Amino acid sequence: MSGLRIEDLSLSLDGVPVLDRLSLSVRSGEFVSILGPSGCGKSTLLRLLIGEIAPDRGLIEHPDAKSGAFAFMPQRDALLPWRRIIDNVTLGLEIEGLPRREARAKAAPMMVEFGLEGFERHLPAQLSGGMRQRAALLRTVIQGRPVQLLDEPFGALDALTRSRIQLWFEQRWQAAGWTTLLVTHDVREAVALSDRIYVLSPRPARVIAEFAVTAPRPRLGRPLPEAAQAIEQQILDTIFATSGD
Amino acid sequence: MLARALPACLSIAAALALWEAYVRLSGISPLVLPAPSRVAQQIAANRSLLWQNLLPTLRATLLGFAVSIATAFILSVVLDFAPRLRRALFPVFVVSQTLPLVAIAPLMVLWFGFDLTPKILLVALVTFFPMLVALVDGYASTEGEIEALLRSMGATRAGVFRRARLPSALPFFFAGLRISVTYAVVAAIFAEYAGARAGIGIVILNAKNSFRPDLMLAAVAVSSALTLLLFGLVVALQRAALGWQHAGTAR
Repeated sequence: MSGLRIEDLSLSLDGVPVLDRLSLSVRSGEFVSILGPSGCGKSTLLRLLIGEIAPDRGLIEHPDAKSGAFAFMPQRDALLPWRRIIDNVTLGLEIEGLPRREARAKAAPMMVEFGLEGFERHLPAQLSGGMRQRAALLRTVIQGRPVQLLDEPFGALDALTRSRIQLWFEQRWQAAGWTTLLVTHDVREAVALSDRIYVLSPRPARVIAEFAVTAPRPRLGRPLPEAAQAIEQQILDTIFATSGD
Repeated sequence: MLARALPACLSIAAALALWEAYVRLSGISPLVLPAPSRVAQQIAANRSLLWQNLLPTLRATLLGFAVSIATAFILSVVLDFAPRLRRALFPVFVVSQTLPLVAIAPLMVLWFGFDLTPKILLVALVTFFPMLVALVDGYASTEGEIEALLRSMGATRAGVFRRARLPSALPFFFAGLRISVTYAVVAAIFAEYAGARAGIGIVILNAKNSFRPDLMLAAVAVSSALTLLLFGLVVALQRAALGWQHAGTAR
């Protein structure tokens, strides 16, 4: 079991309340999305999970209580511009102390799978946005951590590239069985990818609604099934009803 | 490369030509303003004197610069790991830059004698601050997301420094280095001027005392050439070390 549970999490930054008794859970192998208006504290939640900041109150529970349970993908790809793609991809393994040769051997088949073969020696600036994003995703998943925390990983991509990478990530997720927490402000993306969706209020963030999406996969790259469309509409209604503008 | 250097060469040539023309047409005494051609003659005539005196200046410049880079780097690391110390020490470094060289140079000679030490110290004093500021600002320029990512991977403070903060600071460091290197030769010459047995500063001092502006300007030309050479070396080093910065444009 490698799920994740957050209970009654509260946090103020510089006297401004950011999270207000936020509770949510992700079961092992489940794909859960967090939706909310921009600036509502979604990214702050991920920073709490990876231990960058400590909550004022509340509980974060995951089985591997020390750091090391989470693989984190920040909002922008955050590739190190001075490292070649292969060295960016194996960054997490390098920090774990894996010898370079073993890290590269482990990465090689995945580079193929992620459509990055032949670009090992390139620098990030020489790659297209879609490839950079794939490299950042590979860097995240190669760490073999049980929980993937993704902060708007597809936000910076053009529509076509985004669809392709979403589809591709869903396949990877289904094959590997990662527990996944996706932060996004794209309702369609959340409905298409998630098992469950939490909708957050404007700051200070708390959960105002929770939706389970049971429509069959894959839902990407085609019109959403009716049940999923209904959920998409409900989510939009919920967000518009609370955001007040 | 040659085509890019052409405008600079043309403007320098034009300035020299104007200077030459003015001296010839106005009939001004070479004891006040010698023509560039006369300065060039002096360089040729005194080449062994200039060369023998260039070596001590070059030695002081390079050693002083090495001390300066090492000091700036070590201090920057210490300050980065101890922000409190930074608040305590930074004002001291700023004060060190307010000291008038005219006073410091002779004092250094008084304290450390006519040997290499005062020159090295003076070059280091003049050049270390731009590099220290550049490094400290460079560390601070590191993207927060990259640091968060590294920490989420389990990197230690030192690991984050080595993998993210240091490489992020390199472009800043080279900017500081380019500024510093142009001060270095001047600082060495000034230190020699305040007291030395040999060096370009001594050539200038002796030429001044014997009313030889042509020889003074010959020494100036040699020291400028030395500065340009060092500057060129820094730029070449930067190109080699920061190739990744230009990777995007080569796509």
